[in-house]
Amino acid sequence: MTMPFYSSVDQLLRDRSELARKGISRGRSVVVLTYAGGVLFVAENRSSALHKVSEIYDKIGFAAVGRYNEFENLRTGGIRMADFRGFTYDRRDVTGRMLANAYAQALGTAFVEQQKPFEVELCVAEVGQEPGGDQLYRITYDGSITDEPRYVVMGGQTEPISTKLGETYSHGLELPDAIGVALGGLQVPGADPGASNGATAPRVLSPDALEVAVLDRTRPRRTFRRLEGAALAELLPASNRGTSDEEPGVAGGDDTPAAGGALPDGGGS
Amino acid sequence: MDFRPSVNPGIAPGPHTGQLSTFLTGSQSFSEFVGSVTPHLLPDPGPLAAGGGGAAAALGVPHGTTIVALVFSGGVVIAGDRRATQGNVIAQRDIEKVFVTDEYSAVGIAGSAGIAIEMVRLFAMDLEHYEKIEGVPLSLDGKANKLAGMVRANLGAAMQGFVVVPLFAGFDPHATDPARAGRIVTYDATGGRYDEKMGYHAVGSGSVFAKSSLKKLHDPAADLDATVRTAVEALYDAADDDSATGGPDTVRRIYPVVVSITADGAVRRGEDEIADVVTRVVAGRTERPGG
Repeated sequence: MTMPFYSSVDQLLRDRSELARKGISRGRSVVVLTYAGGVLFVAENRSSALHKVSEIYDKIGFAAVGRYNEFENLRTGGIRMADFRGFTYDRRDVTGRMLANAYAQALGTAFVEQQKPFEVELCVAEVGQEPGGDQLYRITYDGSITDEPRYVVMGGQTEPISTKLGETYSHGLELPDAIGVALGGLQVPGADPGASNGATAPRVLSPDALEVAVLDRTRPRRTFRRLEGAALAELLPASNRGTSDEEPGVAGGDDTPAAGGALPDGGGS
Repeated sequence: MDFRPSVNPGIAPGPHTGQLSTFLTGSQSFSEFVGSVTPHLLPDPGPLAAGGGGAAAALGVPHGTTIVALVFSGGVVIAGDRRATQGNVIAQRDIEKVFVTDEYSAVGIAGSAGIAIEMVRLFAMDLEHYEKIEGVPLSLDGKANKLAGMVRANLGAAMQGFVVVPLFAGFDPHATDPARAGRIVTYDATGGRYDEKMGYHAVGSGSVFAKSSLKKLHDPAADLDATVRTAVEALYDAADDDSATGGPDTVRRIYPVVVSITADGAVRRGEDEIADVVTRVVAGRTERPGG
């Protein structure tokens, strides 16, 4: 097969777009939502070491889906940038908007200039002084950025989860209720990337299968806090406090190989 | 295949701190990263005319003085007076020289105040940066070694008279024996790091008097309240005999900064609590000036 001399810009970008979108949709999902006390991150992640959710700065948190090495690099870059800003100026001068713009710039530039785009989708969340002041920025693989006032669903099969959250989410939820809403979304039939198509029974995610963290408005200075172990189990709905029924072979990290989107469906294992 | 002109053709290459790409590669250590991108932000005054200790004296920069640290049954207490001096002049009455640097550590500083405070700010940033990047905090010895490196990096400035001598106090949450979890580490101007096994130490111009006081009063088996009182007594003794160390100022309500580090974390003791301790110490000294 010979390489074509010319590809239209349109075609190039569409190919990259498809590659990124396929790679991202094969992972497991992350839900970020605002609740009365701040911002809640809930990720389906069985690894306790390879995180999808992280602290960036005092009031800023980060969640990502897609290729682990790519978003891990973006995460550390974001922490460096935030710490650098805070050290150069003042801690108050580090904002989620600044960081979200920097990410959008980096992803957008890579999308048009690099051979392979980032196969990641990011959420930069900033907790405000008042409940109305929380910001959730969603940044997609092509550098598109949106500011979502309620919740962000990323990775895996987002549509059934978004639909479910649209029905159950409301402003000003307390933490246990907010976790219940997020879990309701993640457990909805059709959201499990491992299940065969057409699964109808809702799953039950145990504390071991979840990575949960909050940006807690009431905490001084560093607001990010992970909820783990017994503290997490107490906040979960009663049905989720047990152990998982099925353990997958890989606990966390990458769900598919690099550029898995370039392979035909089912060829990525 | 290249369908776009190269970006920013007119801008000279160099670190653009507004772009994420500048931050995507580099050292895991925050201070090393800052040093590679913007070295002028590091607390190093740079090469000056070789004038021995004269350079610092000519500038007349403020100096911090006495810091004490002592271990007790539940951890460690570190405290410092509030005076900064410039030669014979009191430069500041309410300077703070003891800083909580992360959840289980605190640093007190003696020496050139400007450089020392900047060094502690960078050190605290380094600890937080490591914790965020790695997901776990540095070990206690890791923190102590990091600070040693920063003191060593200041050696050139120290040769010109801008000496910074920190006193590091930390609690090791992984220690097998909680009674021995409180640790004190001292440094010299070359970055030499010394673990203080005696359980107490002091740095700064009034340290000789503070150490003599601690030698008599310090009890490693004491509780927190008694240990805070011992620290304030030692600072009182230092201020009694060293003109560069400030005693408790009951007129202006300026009291020593005291930080306790226990299994519950590093806490700066409240002003009311210290005011109460100071009142009792001063009352005791009114009866018996020698303590």
